[in-house]
Amino acid sequence: MRHLIIGSGPAGVVAAETLRKADPAAEITLLCGEAGPPYSRMAIPYLLKGGIAEAGTHLRKDADHYSRLRIQLVQARAQSVDTANRTVSVGAGKSLPYDRLLIATGSRPSVERIPGIELPGVHHCWTLEDARTILAKARPGTRIVQMGAGFVGCIIMEGLLSRGVNLTILVRSGYMVRRMMNPTASGLLRRWCEAKGVRILTHTQPKGITSEGGVLQVALPDGSILPADMYLSVVGVDPNLGFLGGSGIELGQGVLVDATMQSSLPGIYAAGDVAEANDCLTGKRQINAIQPNAVDQGRIAALNMAGRPARFKGSFVFNVLTTVGLVSSSFGEWQGVPGGESTEVLDEARYRYLNLQFEGDRLVGANTVGFTDHVGALRGLIEGRLPLGVWKQRLMDDPTQIMQAYLAAAHSMA
Amino acid sequence: MQKSLQIDPNKCTGCLQCEMACSWENYRSFTIAKSRIKVFSFHHEGRFVPYTCTQCDEAWCMTACPVDAIQLDPVTGAKIVLDPTCVGCKVCTIACPFGTINYVAQTGKVQKCDLCDGAPACAKACPTAAITYVDSDWTGFEKMRQWAGKTDTNPATV
Repeated sequence: MRHLIIGSGPAGVVAAETLRKADPAAEITLLCGEAGPPYSRMAIPYLLKGGIAEAGTHLRKDADHYSRLRIQLVQARAQSVDTANRTVSVGAGKSLPYDRLLIATGSRPSVERIPGIELPGVHHCWTLEDARTILAKARPGTRIVQMGAGFVGCIIMEGLLSRGVNLTILVRSGYMVRRMMNPTASGLLRRWCEAKGVRILTHTQPKGITSEGGVLQVALPDGSILPADMYLSVVGVDPNLGFLGGSGIELGQGVLVDATMQSSLPGIYAAGDVAEANDCLTGKRQINAIQPNAVDQGRIAALNMAGRPARFKGSFVFNVLTTVGLVSSSFGEWQGVPGGESTEVLDEARYRYLNLQFEGDRLVGANTVGFTDHVGALRGLIEGRLPLGVWKQRLMDDPTQIMQAYLAAAHSMA
Repeated sequence: MQKSLQIDPNKCTGCLQCEMACSWENYRSFTIAKSRIKVFSFHHEGRFVPYTCTQCDEAWCMTACPVDAIQLDPVTGAKIVLDPTCVGCKVCTIACPFGTINYVAQTGKVQKCDLCDGAPACAKACPTAAITYVDSDWTGFEKMRQWAGKTDTNPATV
């Protein structure tokens, strides 16, 4: 059996490892779109901060990990999939055959549609190569204008500031990380960043970028110009599925998959940030671009590819973000649900905030800022759909009793 | 026979010797905020519940780690954080549905119970045998593992 995996992020690598365990005789090829060993984008902020070297970003630390498992790494990008002949074209007239195919191509940075976006000095922060460029250019006093304050935009700030740069952040909407934080949490993050010397302009989307004497000129809607040595465009990501056009594989926002992670075509699977699979809170198919989900889906897809039935029962969104040292997290239906109730506690001076969302006597979502202890139990409560009983009212009165509620509800410990 | 921590909240008096011992073992200081075992107080019920990692088979923390910084100790069965490898991304802290792996701001790393290489300091320090280190078959933590199985939407089968 020839297994071909497109994409060497966490989903692809875990799938390859799982395939080796489940099918010792299989031929496993892992297509890597970038040079070097598979690495984690999650680690890039810490590389920027200087906390780790490049090797610290590698998904697996043993140099012979892949050869030992007889996983063949091929550096190339998939150009197209020929589902009739079961081959993947990798350009230059070359193609790779497969019996089972896993699409684990993740995402790529969204591209802003403004004049000048192709100028030298305009960068994304997504790949190791991007990080190398930023590390080479970001020096004390370097003027960086960053468009976007979503998850990536926030998590890279600490690394940028640690290099002594002068940072201005442009935010299209009124709020930072609006896809994972409510306005109160978002407001705390903004105030925190401003206190750390970051200039933040909300409701601001540049009209265009020009270059004068090697200095970028970022034109703002009010007519003013921001000079910049570097423009960082971090406005979100899109699933990497351009090469699937004409393949016949059914696509939505991502590759639509069933509970076995199989696409609309037999033998072709998808996992990770490119897969649109069941959300266990909403019951709808959607992309859930978080690390734990990527590895779960990679493992389940691989088991099915190896002929061992395994089912994906759904996942939901939760994430943790560190913005210049301030830790925040977001779980499930943090925006609340119709007919639901919520409770919160806010300590603005200490940048601490906890918001809980309920449906009946079950927790369905949460936002936290400055709370890091035992936050995983929020996942446990939400995913386990555990009835809180008397603890619902106690949490309404004091949300910080969340661990006591969890121990009582999950472990009958009180 | 592998051993596990067994916790009997009925015997806990809330003295926090376990937290002191854990902090001393790992940081050579009595800083209970840094303890990897935590005693929760239930004021309504007048109860204390010590709580820490069960070293669960699913090992959500270990599978979620993007840089392979959490590994299995084959002798004790503990899932151990490799400090030099941990980048401090905290993904494990939200992936663990028990809430038993936590971020330590001072070190910039996560920490969790590692069973002290097979001689847990908390169990040694507990004066009422609310925390004991016993053969796995005996452990009351089995209840929690069963619960883990119920909430694990995607159980590992390999």
